Amino acid sequence: MKLLSKIYTALIFLFLYAPIFVLIVFSFNDTETSSRTVFSGFTLRWYERLFQDRYILEALLNTLIIAVVAALVSTFLGTLAAVGINSMKRLPRKIMMNITNFPMVNPEIVTGVSMMLLFVAATRAMGDRDLGMVSLIIAHVTFCLPYVILSVLPKLRQMNPNLYEAAQDLGCPPIRAFFKVVLPEIMPGIVTGMIMAFTLSIDDFVISYFTSGTTQTLPIYIYSMTRKRISPEINALSTVLFLCILVLLIIINVRQAQDERRQKKAEKERG
Amino acid sequence: MMKKIFSVFFVLVLLFSLLALPVSASETEGDWDFSSEYPTAEPTGVTINVYNWGEYISPGTEGSLDVNAEFTRRTGIEVNYTTFDSNESLYSKLAGGGANYDIIIPSEYMIAKMISEDMLEEIDFSNIPNFKYIDDKFRDPAYDPGCKHSVPYTWGTVGLFYNTEHVKEEVTGWSILWDEQYSGKILMFDNPRDAFAIAQSRLGISYNSTDLNEWNEAAMLLKEQKPIVQAYVMDQIFDKMESGEAWLAPYYSGDAGVLVENNDNVEFIIPEEGTNYFVDAMCIPKGAEHKKEAELYINYMCSPEISGANMDYVGYATPISAAKEYLPEEVVTNPIFYPDEETLARTEAFGMLSPEISTQVDALWAEVKMGGPGDAVVLVAIILFFLAVYVAIIIWKRQKRKREMM
Amino acid sequence: MRTKLISAPYTIWMTLFIIVPMGLVAVFAFTDKSGAFTLDNILRVGQYSNVFLRSILLGAVATAISLLLGYPLAYIISKAKASRQSIMVMLVMLPMWMNFLLRTYAWMSLLEDNGLINNLLVAIGLPRVHMINTAGAVVLGMVYNYIPYMILPIYSVLAKIDNSVIEAAQDLGANGVKVFLKVVLPMSMSGVISGVTMVFVPAVSTFIISKMLGGGGNLLIGDLIDMQFLGSAYNPNLGSAISLVLMVIIMICMGIMNQFDDDEENMGGGMLL
Repeated sequence: MKLLSKIYTALIFLFLYAPIFVLIVFSFNDTETSSRTVFSGFTLRWYERLFQDRYILEALLNTLIIAVVAALVSTFLGTLAAVGINSMKRLPRKIMMNITNFPMVNPEIVTGVSMMLLFVAATRAMGDRDLGMVSLIIAHVTFCLPYVILSVLPKLRQMNPNLYEAAQDLGCPPIRAFFKVVLPEIMPGIVTGMIMAFTLSIDDFVISYFTSGTTQTLPIYIYSMTRKRISPEINALSTVLFLCILVLLIIINVRQAQDERRQKKAEKERG
Repeated sequence: MMKKIFSVFFVLVLLFSLLALPVSASETEGDWDFSSEYPTAEPTGVTINVYNWGEYISPGTEGSLDVNAEFTRRTGIEVNYTTFDSNESLYSKLAGGGANYDIIIPSEYMIAKMISEDMLEEIDFSNIPNFKYIDDKFRDPAYDPGCKHSVPYTWGTVGLFYNTEHVKEEVTGWSILWDEQYSGKILMFDNPRDAFAIAQSRLGISYNSTDLNEWNEAAMLLKEQKPIVQAYVMDQIFDKMESGEAWLAPYYSGDAGVLVENNDNVEFIIPEEGTNYFVDAMCIPKGAEHKKEAELYINYMCSPEISGANMDYVGYATPISAAKEYLPEEVVTNPIFYPDEETLARTEAFGMLSPEISTQVDALWAEVKMGGPGDAVVLVAIILFFLAVYVAIIIWKRQKRKREMM
Repeated sequence: MRTKLISAPYTIWMTLFIIVPMGLVAVFAFTDKSGAFTLDNILRVGQYSNVFLRSILLGAVATAISLLLGYPLAYIISKAKASRQSIMVMLVMLPMWMNFLLRTYAWMSLLEDNGLINNLLVAIGLPRVHMINTAGAVVLGMVYNYIPYMILPIYSVLAKIDNSVIEAAQDLGANGVKVFLKVVLPMSMSGVISGVTMVFVPAVSTFIISKMLGGGGNLLIGDLIDMQFLGSAYNPNLGSAISLVLMVIIMICMGIMNQFDDDEENMGGGMLL
């Protein structure tokens, strides 16, 4: 049974990682016609070219700017919203939760299309001015918000409401009480929400595709390449990004493991 | 927790510092160095949005001229260059709004349609002195009477690519695209006008037919072909023909250069039944923010040395005879790229379709791609089925609860 | 009172960018180009019933396969050692951070007639298999892209099940199969529900996978909508009507799924992370 489950796990992970492996291997492929299926020697040329290709770098920069702004704005709005929703009565809370869940269950393409209609109407109303990156940022904030709220709300529910009241009873003004008592408690939820918003924004294609106007983000640029052929430069770029995220995740995981060990140690010493 | 945030920002900083790496300016190699004739201009801070077909400009790789970078160098105007893959998607993007382009490069029938819908600016030709280089026969086109809204970029024909390694017989016409022997190895255009034109050529019908029955006939022929078609694609044909994944594909003559060069087995013919002749021209959409700069760009594209350098890479035919001296002799004399009068007599250009025909063609095209027309009854049945399941579950649950209560 | 007000910016935001756009879709669906009221668009959607049928069928098959493949893995992960668990969850999520267009494109290289899998088959003396540009390839693309959304919610529910419950069932004489069917499966139902919705909804409405792996001949609803807005047949009114019908179908499906989930408060709680 043990062996069987090990084999099964290995097979699923093979399925999940085979295309990624292909992408990484072919970023080192030494070929002129950028063949996708024949490996003809090792080269770092595509990495070199990547850092000279201003279209790719521009698209990457746009993607990062949008992701950072969208993550910050949606975290701010979402945290406020979560605190507000948490203190609501049953019915308004239910309505708010339904609105929050809606973009998550609505097909992405419909969300994208509907926003496109809105932005087009807005551009017309404002005299044909290009919305540029603003429309993308608005769209990204909108689809990130529910994820932020859903990761902050559980932390708020877990919190003991008496804490906040106790702080106020002890003479702490409400705003200060919020920052001193509530915020540290829900911080893990906020950070998870922000990281999720950031990654969702970086990877989003469908909604960006309909709302981008003339702005190129990385996924849109990649899409325009898939219509002819993808330059191995893009393989190189995604390898670099993949490694960055891998390193980031390993750092987080190792830190967490260390923290847990330290906590356990502390508990033992106390006990 | 703060550590997590820090590591996120650490990665961000890392990425940004990668961006900040000194991007060595791509050196213009070989014949295409104009820095002595044209001095480098100061940046103006203006960016124009150029919307063009994919693989339709010289990008500066492999010793070619980076046409957009050279424009920026000469004028100080930045170019935001994006691509589309069919006239119809260009139209959708413009008609939908929300995007502000300064230069677009549609084909003739789309230009006619856009003029009729008042979507194009009139070009101020006093800003385009290089228009004098454009050949006479392109100066008063049927799609843009008086040539007020457009300046020709390239022209060409549609032909048939085939892989000689697998297609041994002599290829003469479109009918081979219906040959079951090559089932699963045939590519087709993924846009209605080009796809219908092939069927219409076989049937001997005009591409601009006003008779709905004729369009239906062509659609029948396309449906008949569908089972043996590998995929409906546009620019992906490069990839699929080069790798030998597909053996037969219709595409634009200008791409013959690139394709034949990358795979020695690929040959190109202009089919005997006749084919489509097209002109793609530069236009300025209504409401363009930087019209002056756009005209500068058009003027720049019309200078013979730029058109020559551009077409040297792109492979399409230039409407500027003076540019031919910058092109290799064997290209200029090649009937594939510059077909003779006799071949041109067999071609027909696309014209604008009436709105009724247009909607019908769209519907027919969707029908071809989804395999036959659907029935509203089926859709209603689907929805009713789901609703029935929904109601059944609710009733079942309620009864179960009742039973439990008792 | 104040704390209620601080969610006002969010309410305004969602009204402006979710509710108003949805209203626009409805308006477009019921008007023609000149803006006059018409039912034509909705009636014309019927022409495309084949596309709806195919999308729902492929989406359902992909969801079923994801569930069959994903559930065992989620179960295996939840039974692993705690330190192992977080690593395996990370490994499931990691592919989602790589651009999904690129991963799908990589499948193209794998599945083609002259692709890597076929080359491998030929190298070990087996005949070539035609895989690309079939409905199967589209389903594979869907399963591949969305299976993490199936595994993660199921895992997060399974991980919370108290082991003592299972032990109690075993002590009462239930065998392995019975324990699974009577205890583990019902308790993990909320995870299964959110997994199924999170796979089914994007699978039904996808428009890139069918284009890249299906060869454009396997038209899906997503492609149809894309065609009306940014593709070859510009007609946002018809596109909105198709979107509206798609939304109605999905909402009904969601309603059905929610009936299986008794714990309504938990809605969305088991999603992701």
